[in-house]
Amino acid sequence: MATRQSTFLGRILAAPSILVLFLWMIVPLGMTIWFSLLRYNLLDPGNESFIGALNYEYFLTDPAFFTALGNTLLLVGSVLLITIVGGILVALLMDQPIFGQGVVRLFIIAPFFVMPTVSALVWKNLLMHPVSGLFAWIATSLGFQPVDWFSNAPLFSVILIVAWQWLPFAALILLTALQSLDGEQKEAAQMDGVGPFSFFFYIVLPHLARAITVVILIETIFLLSVFAEIFVTTGGGPGLATTNIAFLVYAQALLQYDVGGASAGGIVAVVLANIVAAFMVRLIGKNLEA
Amino acid sequence: MGSIQLKGVTKTFGNTSVIPHVDLSVEDGSFVVFVGPSGCGKSTLLRLIAGLEDTSGGEILIDGRNVVNEGPAKRGLSMVFQSYALYPHMSVRNNIGFGLKMAGLPKSEIAAKVEHAAGILNLTPYLERKPRELSGGQRQRVAIGRAIVREPKAFLFDEPLSNLDAALRVQMRLEIARLQKSLGTTAIYVTHDQVEAMTMADKIVVLNAGRVEQVGSPIDLYERPDNLFVAGFIGSPKMNLIEGPIAAGLGAKTIGARPEHITVTTDGTGTWQGTISVAEHLGSDTFLYVDVPNAGTVTVRTQGELGLKAGITVGLTPDPARIHRFDNAGKAIR
Ligand SMILES: Nc1ncnc2c1ncn2[C@@H]1O[C@H](COP(=O)(O)OP(=O)(O)OP(=O)(O)O)[C@@H](O)[C@H]1O
Ligand SMILES: [Mg+2]
Repeated sequence: MATRQSTFLGRILAAPSILVLFLWMIVPLGMTIWFSLLRYNLLDPGNESFIGALNYEYFLTDPAFFTALGNTLLLVGSVLLITIVGGILVALLMDQPIFGQGVVRLFIIAPFFVMPTVSALVWKNLLMHPVSGLFAWIATSLGFQPVDWFSNAPLFSVILIVAWQWLPFAALILLTALQSLDGEQKEAAQMDGVGPFSFFFYIVLPHLARAITVVILIETIFLLSVFAEIFVTTGGGPGLATTNIAFLVYAQALLQYDVGGASAGGIVAVVLANIVAAFMVRLIGKNLEA
Repeated sequence: MGSIQLKGVTKTFGNTSVIPHVDLSVEDGSFVVFVGPSGCGKSTLLRLIAGLEDTSGGEILIDGRNVVNEGPAKRGLSMVFQSYALYPHMSVRNNIGFGLKMAGLPKSEIAAKVEHAAGILNLTPYLERKPRELSGGQRQRVAIGRAIVREPKAFLFDEPLSNLDAALRVQMRLEIARLQKSLGTTAIYVTHDQVEAMTMADKIVVLNAGRVEQVGSPIDLYERPDNLFVAGFIGSPKMNLIEGPIAAGLGAKTIGARPEHITVTTDGTGTWQGTISVAEHLGSDTFLYVDVPNAGTVTVRTQGELGLKAGITVGLTPDPARIHRFDNAGKAIR
């Protein structure tokens, strides 16, 4: 897109798809905004009336909202941290020439293909269950008291499950980036007398910066709306301990049958996601340039 | 100080022997060029010296000390790579100074050395730029800067100019040669371009299939090639190699005459008579391809413009003092 001519041409060619995408997005968004301004309860059908910003007022002043907001940010932040640090380590390991490399890679990627509901069930009933779980068995065989994960550390447990699911994604993207590191650069570093740690911090990590940015941006989008894992394991509890914004909206709509309030919550979530996205792009977006 | 000796160095990759056996000695301060056809093992030999590959056998002595079990950094050599291998996210300043930083030198000393190297290489205005913001020639100079700040015992160059255009190549060739002379540091330079080899080297090592064919000064190799391979490899256009009755008449299996050592006559005299098949006019020189019975196509280089065209019959007279004779094994008969 070097010349004005080609930029113009590019815009014209892209216009139809942009138009379709725009309609695709704007219709549901418009309807949600419209619902969010109505008094609209499924237990009281036919009585919808326009109430302006009242739904927003209720949603935003509900103490549950702030708990959910905190939980959301904590969940996203922790999972990002675990998957990126862990992903780099796994990628470094996978990059080593080991026996049966192909099979090892397949195994490591496997969690990403397991449905969130299924993996949450596996973790809940087979691993973390305080009586019949694997962790409990390990604890008892070592003579410790088994941990009741979902009552004692509910949010941490959810974080663990979600991180386990996203680790392969991060590892895979980081591995491809790692493999694109120029061989002569490694040799130049060898000649410069760069030790393994300096090599990692001065050469590998900067090389991975762009891939890490991509992982952060993509994961953030999905992690803001984690739902299945919470629904299956804790149901948002105990209390509000594992309720994030997505789960709060669900609770509003389908436990209290309040479509108007849920729509308002949905719009708030959209605004929040955009704030987070803008913040992220500001913070790390420069890594994506050039 | 930086003398390098190879004693019986061998290298095999799996079952293939890439370097069967090499003995070589590089004197302190000299500029040694490895030339040879593609795949003959020039890079491998250089990388063995650098320590980027393990030797399969033999000794590599740097200043008399066997270094085959030492890592690249310990050998005190620095290398300029074909792709430059600059660190893309570091400024020119940090690229040049990185080796010193890793060696734990104080910041002020690093800064001084980097500034000094940048001054020598005309890189001072670009110190804060990233490699991608530089031209090919400037990147090349950064790579050289990275090599010289460490004050190595020797520089190793692996075809450093092959990514540059012809004009820049000539200029950088001069700069590298001048820099090496002024620093007095030993240099080993790999190239397949024989003009680079002839112009830069104190000593040329001609390699063929991992074997050293001949070692000598450029003029030595040009005037006294030890064997057919060197005779055919050094010199452009290639030496004419003639077999058959003509060679037998001089008591050899093969004789060689360089295109520039053959005189052309059009008056019917001359040792050989032939017909010009192609004449290439370069202005300063004319290359004639002459079909001579019993000798095949003989290339002749004449100076100036003689008005010779394809189809004309000419007489060719090689300078008898500059005819090279080779025996059945391809060795020179002297
Ligand atoms: N890692 C390797 N494994 C197996 N064979 C190798 C390896 N590296 C090089 N070789 C072989 O060793 C021979 C010499 O390679 P080398 O790179 O030294 O050639 P070169 O003289 O530098 O050629 P060029 O002028 O094309 O760079 C080649 O035949 C190559 O195929
Ligand atoms: Mg090579």
